[in-house]
Amino acid sequence: MFSENSLPPSTPKALTAKDFQTDQEVRWCPGCGDYAILASVQRALAKEGIPPHRLVFVAGIGCSSRFPYYMNTFGLHGIHGRAAAIATGLKMSRPELQVWIATGDGDSLSIGGNHFIHLMRRNVDIKVLLFNNRIYGLTKGQYSPTSELGKKTKSTPFGSIDKPFNPASVAIGAEAGFIARTIDVDAKISAEVYAAASRHKGTAFVEILQNCNIFNDGAWETISGKEHRSDQTILLEDGKPMIFGENRDKGIRLDGITPRVVTIGQGGVSVDDLWVHDAHDSDPTRGFLLSRLDHPVFPVPVGVLRAVEAPSYETRAVEQMAGVRARKTPDLQALLNGRDSWRVT
Amino acid sequence: MLNTSTLKPVETLDTVVIRFAGDSGDGIQLTGGQFTSASAAAGNDTATFPDYPAEIRAPAGTPAGVSGFQLQFASRDIYTPGDAADVLVVMNPAALRSNLGGLRTHGMLIANRDGFTRKNLQMAGYATSPLDDDALRDYQVFPVDVSRMTSDALAGQGLSAKEVERCKNYFALGLVFWLYDRDPEVARADIRAKFAAKPHLCDANLTVFAAGFNYAENTDQFRVRYHVPPATIAPGRYRNLSGNEATALGLVAAAQKANLDLFLGSYPITPASDILHSLSAFKEFGVVTFQAEDEIAAMCAALGSAFGNKLAVTTTSGPGVCLKSEAIGLGVMTELPVVIVDVQRGGPSTGLPTKTEQADLLQVLYGRNGESPVPVIAIRSPSDAFDATFEACRVALEYMTPVVLLSDGYIANGAEPWQIPDVSGLPAIATRLVDRREPGATGGYEPYARDPETLARPWPMLGVPGLEHRLGGIEKWDRTGNISYDPANHHHMVKTRQAKVDGIAASFAPTEVDGDPRGDVLVLSWGSTYGACRTAVHGARERGLDVSHVHLRWLNPLPRDLGAILAGFRTVLLPEINNGQLLKVIRATFAIDAKGFNRIDGRPLAVGDVLEAITDHLSH
Repeated sequence: MFSENSLPPSTPKALTAKDFQTDQEVRWCPGCGDYAILASVQRALAKEGIPPHRLVFVAGIGCSSRFPYYMNTFGLHGIHGRAAAIATGLKMSRPELQVWIATGDGDSLSIGGNHFIHLMRRNVDIKVLLFNNRIYGLTKGQYSPTSELGKKTKSTPFGSIDKPFNPASVAIGAEAGFIARTIDVDAKISAEVYAAASRHKGTAFVEILQNCNIFNDGAWETISGKEHRSDQTILLEDGKPMIFGENRDKGIRLDGITPRVVTIGQGGVSVDDLWVHDAHDSDPTRGFLLSRLDHPVFPVPVGVLRAVEAPSYETRAVEQMAGVRARKTPDLQALLNGRDSWRVT
Repeated sequence: MLNTSTLKPVETLDTVVIRFAGDSGDGIQLTGGQFTSASAAAGNDTATFPDYPAEIRAPAGTPAGVSGFQLQFASRDIYTPGDAADVLVVMNPAALRSNLGGLRTHGMLIANRDGFTRKNLQMAGYATSPLDDDALRDYQVFPVDVSRMTSDALAGQGLSAKEVERCKNYFALGLVFWLYDRDPEVARADIRAKFAAKPHLCDANLTVFAAGFNYAENTDQFRVRYHVPPATIAPGRYRNLSGNEATALGLVAAAQKANLDLFLGSYPITPASDILHSLSAFKEFGVVTFQAEDEIAAMCAALGSAFGNKLAVTTTSGPGVCLKSEAIGLGVMTELPVVIVDVQRGGPSTGLPTKTEQADLLQVLYGRNGESPVPVIAIRSPSDAFDATFEACRVALEYMTPVVLLSDGYIANGAEPWQIPDVSGLPAIATRLVDRREPGATGGYEPYARDPETLARPWPMLGVPGLEHRLGGIEKWDRTGNISYDPANHHHMVKTRQAKVDGIAASFAPTEVDGDPRGDVLVLSWGSTYGACRTAVHGARERGLDVSHVHLRWLNPLPRDLGAILAGFRTVLLPEINNGQLLKVIRATFAIDAKGFNRIDGRPLAVGDVLEAITDHLSH
């Protein structure tokens, strides 16, 4: 019924971040990392030239899930954990629209874990922004499925006894083709990551290391704090050796399937010995190893970890339907009549 | 060709109820279906009800594994598959054990004697064969060596023992075809179609069918042949259709008449899965089916699709409705058109997956947090499923609301002849789609600017510039749809959502009273008890009893003229397959001392039971 051609043409004028802002008062806590994410996403979409009427933002429940109200696009603020399911039904129905999900660590990895993995498995062309602040914010400070073991929160006064999920590892285990990671306040990496997610055809999963300054302030401070960031993160660049550090003198070498941090120029290590990042490697093995690199032994990878294209779910659905329609003409009367009808006179 | 004439006397009957029973693997459903086709072809009115176990292949020979199929065929209009059977065909002792209670006294029992082995008798709990002692003295017993004669008929055809064994249902079918004067060509055509890909089995089944047919003519065991003349049926084109199939067709037809694509989000569950199966084959009509990862996802995907301007549907049974409840509430808040099909089964919990019940009514009416009004409509019979489904879609789209369509296991799997409607005669469904921003409009689009009459909000088309808007589960300001925690606005919105659903009753036709509009007893029914209640009331009226019948299609909202109708009767009697759920609603709504008749045994209500209940409530 609706096709790419039946929609009005895109706005010809150049878009700015302002075109994506709503008249609604943004109600995140002052100092919340979400403000920076909102601004970065608006800028990235403007730069990509995707007009607001072609976009849909779907969310579950949680602080991050208020996102759709602040985007002047189509939006649906759903129920806890179910954004992936809502967005899947929408994308299958309207493949021509670009669909994004704004979600959190509790929303997607706890109550919505099932939908999250099946979204990746199916490879529905949906962009997932997972705001990971390692805490339940909207319910005022309980531990989340990404909170570190031993974390003391309102519901774990003696420390959490739950081992956390690594979201990127979960995603790759669930067959995600696109996995990226960024830091809420890092505008440069975020711009690249959101643009890459927007262009990827298939499920694009982005973990955003986000600070909750009320209930988990400094959640990522040791990794993303300005003074640590160059030593504690590594910006992945496709086809380039993995180098990091304030002085760009450290790197990661892969010994068999064991990654090691090495210093360039020491012990005979040269740049040629380093692990060269291949985001398009269809074998997920190295991608999984990459997802396991974690603080404090390794720098945390940011940027695009994996970008492997495969036919998306809704495309398969459209193609299957087109195949049937090429052979069969819809005839409602014939359908109702069926094969074994009889006439009474 | 078989010789279809007979040298034996022919007795004419008005109606016959026949029940086939055997192991799950005995082809009982197939046998029943073919007998039904032949009866419809002979011009009878028919109604069928399969009764099968939840287990796919329970241990052979045990009562747990017995599959049954009941059919009533008649020379007059019938509305149920009948209470007690006039004839019972059993393939083994377990089938006898679990079905004998459904055979009327002095009814015919045709038994595959070869199935009554020592081992099978033991598994069914018989110390000695009931065919050999006087345990069955209240019935006319016809032991037939079905297995042996099947094997004899197939001697030399090179079939394996297992293949031969699986042909025996056609011997039984041939036998009853002769007994009830059915045209054997109908069965032969069915066999040829079904086994087209396996010529050796096709030939074998044709041979065995003929053997059964000829045996009945030639043996002295069967001295009389029975004939049920054609019924007077309204002219038109008919097909035999189960409730689930009719529901699927109703959904496709409604989508076409609303000029929309159909989206189904579903998770497999008994007894609703056949709707998913049917719709998944209708891709040329633009039907998208999504087998979700769970019930919640199925409902949520339907909501996402409704947001994307499709006719969105989810199909499930009671346990699935439990899981979908929160998402249905989101549909109420966002006022999106979604049809939730609940094919009810025995509960609570897993309950009786393959048996019928009407115990989800209160769940779908009230089983959500907050004030969450949802229109609820119930199918009354397999042949009504198409119309009720179409009506559910009409209301969802015209009023922008989730609608629950109640079916049940009896309707879903039961089948009746259905008069196929002329597509051009089906009404168009007007949607609330908005596909452009009105020229000169300023400010944000207002998704909750309601139609003043129906209170339905518009359905802005996604992808259109100027129509960008946000929906969500948080309370909204009226008109703008923005988040609102304002006390007066919440009160207003709660009342508005209720008023919108209540207002749907304005689109209902006047309620029909079958019988006198005032009197002693009114039988008030809903859903699949329609046939039993109608038949019982007609029977009572024929006996001169002062009783009338009203059958409710909509359970929410209730028809506006219902209160006045109920006031015209001394006693209002509600037969239900639950503990009195509509009874509670009627008592609460109209403050009357209505009476319930409740039997919850996993089976459809029997006409006889309803008749008895009516008699109990007559004033004299």
